[in-house]
Amino acid sequence: MATRLASVPVAETYKVHARLDGVTRIYPPRAGHGEVHALGPLSLDLRAGEFLSVVGPSGCGKSTLLDVLAGLAVPSAGTVEFEGKRVLGEVPDGVGVVFQEDASFPWLSVEDNVAFGLRRAGMDAAETRRRVDFAVGFMGLKDFRRAYPSQLSGGMRQRVCIARTLVLQPRLILLDEPFGALDQQTRLLMGDELLRLWRETGATVLLITHALDEANLLSDRIGVMAARPGRFIDIVGTGWPRDRDSRLAERPDFGAVTARLWSYLRGESLKALQGSSPPLGGEAR
Amino acid sequence: MTLSLRSLRSLRDPILVAIGLVTLWQVLHQIAGDSAVTAPAPTLAHLWEMVGQARFLPHLRETGLAFLQALAISCIGGVLVGVVLGGHRLTGEVAEPILVGLYSVPKITLYPVILLLFGLGMPAKVAFGALHGIIPVVLFTMNAVRNVNRTYLRAGRAMRLTPAQTAWHILVPATLPEIFSGLRIGFSLTLLGTMLGELFASQRGLGFLLMTAIDLHDVKTILAIAVLISAFAVLANAALLAIDRRLHRGATPEAEKT
Repeated sequence: MATRLASVPVAETYKVHARLDGVTRIYPPRAGHGEVHALGPLSLDLRAGEFLSVVGPSGCGKSTLLDVLAGLAVPSAGTVEFEGKRVLGEVPDGVGVVFQEDASFPWLSVEDNVAFGLRRAGMDAAETRRRVDFAVGFMGLKDFRRAYPSQLSGGMRQRVCIARTLVLQPRLILLDEPFGALDQQTRLLMGDELLRLWRETGATVLLITHALDEANLLSDRIGVMAARPGRFIDIVGTGWPRDRDSRLAERPDFGAVTARLWSYLRGESLKALQGSSPPLGGEAR
Repeated sequence: MTLSLRSLRSLRDPILVAIGLVTLWQVLHQIAGDSAVTAPAPTLAHLWEMVGQARFLPHLRETGLAFLQALAISCIGGVLVGVVLGGHRLTGEVAEPILVGLYSVPKITLYPVILLLFGLGMPAKVAFGALHGIIPVVLFTMNAVRNVNRTYLRAGRAMRLTPAQTAWHILVPATLPEIFSGLRIGFSLTLLGTMLGELFASQRGLGFLLMTAIDLHDVKTILAIAVLISAFAVLANAALLAIDRRLHRGATPEAEKT
């Protein structure tokens, strides 16, 4: 099964899969506010095959970090590398992105949505069909192949988006709060599916989230970010076994990791809450 | 042709409406008499007879041609201008209040100017029809382009689409439902404009026949032409509305977030 998903066993080929080096992102001044220093300087080595989550108070630049890493935004300073090559203003081959907002195309059926990227890349029909069949089955969408997104729940639509990314066989999967709009039970189940996907593809995963439990449960390492300008306070290793799922929460040492994340973030979240610097709105320092 | 039970049921309501309208017509005839409203049956018979006459065809042709040309200008021109205005923020913001203002002006007051510009005949009718129809097409297209969900475009970039692929496979299907709504309204207004243009200072066309009939107090012909044009407008609009509904069916309720 694993061979059908993974194109390259990334952990054997690379040690550092992607690297952010001294990256900053500064938004130019606009009407209503001055220059906004959203991110960095920030450095991160993403190890090949790991599951790394990024948590932080709202408005701390988590999504900007993902945009820069994906090549969807250009850093103001510093460099981004993926598989040893610089990322410059476009998404490199081998990187898949799942967004927080619903990005499923309402004019296409589920299977056409999933096949979208493959068809644009000129993949032949037989291989497209094979990969779509697999991804649709893997994400539990078999009974909804011919349905349209408007007929599906938010969780199902997000599965469509994950399947659409999955068929492109990404070696690095970037997820920007993909379960943000879902209820707690659905989130837990989607988390389990994400872990299964991660194990069976052997891909590297970076997940942006605001849920500390979710980050703890899913990750090998958790980057904790401070607000404005966004940078890492610490990167916490969890040491969980690779073969894990949501039942991990029953372990006695599980709570300790969440507590540690919270001890880092309590002060930062208070700062963000007291509105000394509203997200991307107020004066920059 | 065999009709399924479902299509029969979907035809039931329009048929009931048609029967209601004809009944109302008959009642009006009873009240007002032949000098104002002729009865449905003789009027429809007169229409049938008129349509069969060879001298009627050039008029129908004239109006049809004027309408089709005006419609082509409204649709093609409107979509092109709308795409430019929607794609360029500043131009769009400058043009929008002007267009909305122009949309609310009773354009019939401008008809003398149109006649002076284009002269009597076909060009003036076409211009007047297009003047009515093009503005809603521009406004709807502009808004459709402006409101394209940015997440779709980001998803396109994440899937490494070329600009041409993004335009054809994301922008076109994402804007089509809104644009089609604009075309539907543009269709109705182009017809209105073309007919208005024919009522004054024209020598041919259904509008000309209508005005001649008014001069001759030929009530039967007035009503026959009104029925013909109304039937065309209602049927065409129903067909366009059906396509419109189909296109909008896929739209997600919360298309725009953040």
